[in-house]
Amino acid sequence: MQFRPNRFPGKLIIVEGIDGSGKSTQLALLRQWLISRGLAVSFSEWNSSPMVRESTKRGKKKQVFTPTTFSLIHATDFADRLERHIVPMLGAGAVVCADRYAFTAFARDVARGVKPAWVRNLYRMAVKPDIAFYFRVPLEVALDRILGGRAAFKFYEAGMDLRLSTDIKESFALFQGRILAEYESMAEEMGFDIIDATGTIQEQQKVVREIVTNKLGDSLERDILRLPASEAMQSQ
Amino acid sequence: MNSSPLDYYSDALPGIDTRDLQGKLIAIEGLDSVGRSTQVQLLRGWLEARGYAVASTGMARSALTKDGIRRAKSGHTLGPLTMALFYMADFADRLENLVIPALRAGFVVLTDRYLFSVVARAAARHQNTEWLERVAGFALVPHATFYLRAPVKEVLARVVRSQQQFDYWESGMDVPYGQNLHESFVRYQARLAEILDGMVDHYGFTVVDATSPPDEIFSKLKTKIEKLLDD
Repeated sequence: MQFRPNRFPGKLIIVEGIDGSGKSTQLALLRQWLISRGLAVSFSEWNSSPMVRESTKRGKKKQVFTPTTFSLIHATDFADRLERHIVPMLGAGAVVCADRYAFTAFARDVARGVKPAWVRNLYRMAVKPDIAFYFRVPLEVALDRILGGRAAFKFYEAGMDLRLSTDIKESFALFQGRILAEYESMAEEMGFDIIDATGTIQEQQKVVREIVTNKLGDSLERDILRLPASEAMQSQ
Repeated sequence: MNSSPLDYYSDALPGIDTRDLQGKLIAIEGLDSVGRSTQVQLLRGWLEARGYAVASTGMARSALTKDGIRRAKSGHTLGPLTMALFYMADFADRLENLVIPALRAGFVVLTDRYLFSVVARAAARHQNTEWLERVAGFALVPHATFYLRAPVKEVLARVVRSQQQFDYWESGMDVPYGQNLHESFVRYQARLAEILDGMVDHYGFTVVDATSPPDEIFSKLKTKIEKLLDD
């Protein structure tokens, strides 16, 4: 995989996994820990660019997305966050924490029928993460977590465009299964740091922090922008 | 020009069969204000009079992205990478939802600009074109691409006459190419011309001198398109 190398002083940490893998919870805890150490931290979330939101909403509402336009709109969203947020923050020396990254497109868009080589080329614009956590969880465990708390699914989220099933919950389960298979098949190629996401939240976070310390320890102290002294005091 | 069945540049669109496409895809390329849309209008009337069903399309006209692109360009925060992909999403949406269905129904599709302009604009903004051309690999190879070529001086005169001002993006002021709109416009359009010139052989453009009066350009295009339709 040919991402752009990270030549910035900042560090990029991303989390991946299927819905219900607990990755967002783990990333939130990791951010708190980094901030409490006085480090400048910035957060970027998949599919959150205000500039692209209108088009994404329109495509979803009118159900006019094809696998290709779905992929391109999400890549546009990613590009906007990359240009305006992720790259400048890395340049400033922050730790950028991203909830989902290019790998989400590799898993989801390919599950929708887009060619793996095409979508991998599309995201060559991305900066290579310093750490890519993959929260590995069996499908049933993730589904239990999601179905327990959720009343309704959205059309594309459930992969209804693939016509796997007319029942939206069943379609969601089948689609998540396909996405999971894609994550598993790329895990080695992409060099993920794999976290067993069936463990308790505390157990997982301990492993996450150990990996960050082992991989970035020195450079966190050396290269990363420190929060203003006044703020660092407050957060400790 | 090619009269063979339509093909992709590299990657087929997932879920779309192009073997049964009957129509003809004709692209008109060229700089801003060179007279492309006038020719599309003239050609449309002429083709319809001859009994051909015609569909036309052009950049940033897809329902999916039209408002989003317009809004993005009304601010000052649209970056070159985002711009390239936004236009590519617009291009793909029109290709899949308009161009291909029209071709399937046997229409002549006239497209005011094609992927070449998307790539050229990105190239003029220092983006990696080899990368973007691979992204655009799902595009259908047109039966013909007419490149209306005119020197920047001519384009400049047309803009001054018809618009009385320079558009921020058409002047490449986001890069920028100069200290003020006029200077940036001239240099940016010259760069675009250079990039399009460089595509002539690679993409098999038919070059048409766009400094002649519109009716002369029109009659040249008619001759060439007649041949294409008779094949």
